Amino acid sequence: MVWQRKDLLGLEELSREEIELILSTAESFKEVSTRDIKKVPALRGKTVVNLFYEPSTRTRVSFEVAAKRLSADVINIATETSSVKKGETLIDTGKNIQALKADIIVMRHNYSGAAAMLAKHLEISVVNAGDGWHEHPTQALLDIFTLKEKMGKIAGINVSIVGDIAHSRVARSNIWGLTKLGAKVTVCAPEILIPPAIEEMGVVVTSDIQEALREADAVNVLRMQFERDSSNAFPQQIEYFKNFGLTCERLEKAKKNIIVMHPGPINRGIEMSSEIADGSKSVILEQVTNGIAVRMAVLFLVAQAKDRKDENIN
Amino acid sequence: MKEKAKVLDKESLNRAITRIAHEILEKNKGAESLCLVGIRNRGVYLAQRLAQSIKAIENKEINVGALDITLYRDDLTLISAQPIVHKTEISFDIADTNLVLVDDVLYTGRTIRAALDALIDFGRPKVIQLAVLIDRGHRELPIRADFVGKNIPTAQGETVEVRLEEVDAKDEVVIMEK
Repeated sequence: MVWQRKDLLGLEELSREEIELILSTAESFKEVSTRDIKKVPALRGKTVVNLFYEPSTRTRVSFEVAAKRLSADVINIATETSSVKKGETLIDTGKNIQALKADIIVMRHNYSGAAAMLAKHLEISVVNAGDGWHEHPTQALLDIFTLKEKMGKIAGINVSIVGDIAHSRVARSNIWGLTKLGAKVTVCAPEILIPPAIEEMGVVVTSDIQEALREADAVNVLRMQFERDSSNAFPQQIEYFKNFGLTCERLEKAKKNIIVMHPGPINRGIEMSSEIADGSKSVILEQVTNGIAVRMAVLFLVAQAKDRKDENIN
Repeated sequence: MKEKAKVLDKESLNRAITRIAHEILEKNKGAESLCLVGIRNRGVYLAQRLAQSIKAIENKEINVGALDITLYRDDLTLISAQPIVHKTEISFDIADTNLVLVDDVLYTGRTIRAALDALIDFGRPKVIQLAVLIDRGHRELPIRADFVGKNIPTAQGETVEVRLEEVDAKDEVVIMEK
């Protein structure tokens, strides 16, 4: 299996083998972060630009740490303080970064498909760090990596995703990745937050949290993005916790070894109680650690593919 | 590629390992503060065999680690196939040890250069020595081995294949030519 893509845009377009290659490469990279000197020279001399059109701390920092542990140089561009404010288009911004001889753009954008469009117009690599409601591939990869580490396998396990499925790129990427690897996925949300035709992605749909938990080996709880609610369609926070919040009482009826995941940041007392977030079933902080290994693997693989392409042309 | 000559069979390979084990002990005046680090893939199996041999002689267990040097290579982009990144597993502190780096074939010396860079990121051994089963010449860097199983003059178009029971189902070393 050879990784051929210069970009990582989403999990929808990846084969099972490609996803497994990222996961096995990440396994090897995980060890690097346990060393006294947490750095290898694999991307020395490469420049990674973090281009974030939406606020993000954890994803940006995780990519920055990953790139630095590979010895790449990292430049962060927050668009609020850049020429984007003066009306520069996304493609112009991208071409300027390319002209600076950067090697990889890691982009977060509020429009679905923005990463794919940029990748099409540029020769350098583009890694999607979240585009609108579309995909957030590295988050799903780190979720799947964590699941695999805990469960030993992905094929045949039951994973329930609880929360705002309609507006969640994390849910979408997780569904693509998990179903390709043979997991059984259930999504659970208030009816208004379940997108139409979601069953066609090969998932079971329910609005009953207890039913979503009954067979689950793992539950991935999404953040309720109340700040995005412009239509007042969201339930009230207290009402949401009452009907969907993860509590000790609800987890008692689930499988004994169920693991609890969350992409962060957690709204304590809304998506889950503090006892659960800090409890023994929670792997939330391990997800953060694994995110670095997964992002190192992605940066390494796209940089290699790009270099090989350039070699073949010359 | 076809087989040109068999240079070591199972018995001579075992004798070479036993001799290197004795030489390592002689040079380091025993197994005190000694450890072995094999370079993936076959260097790791050779390191394990050397450790067994040393145990048989001195009755002392020594630490054995595995080093993957993919991330330290200077020719990553020259390799046409995907380099697979494997795990590095060094579960002990290498600081102040007499560390013997183990590989199957010493050729250009570039793998050893990368391995030295990688090792030094893990700590500061008192001394690093190099043990190889085969030295086939054609060095491109100022590197030499402290312990050699067998010197084999080769042409650059030839390759040396070390086959070990752990991965190849038999023990032998052969020269392959086009």
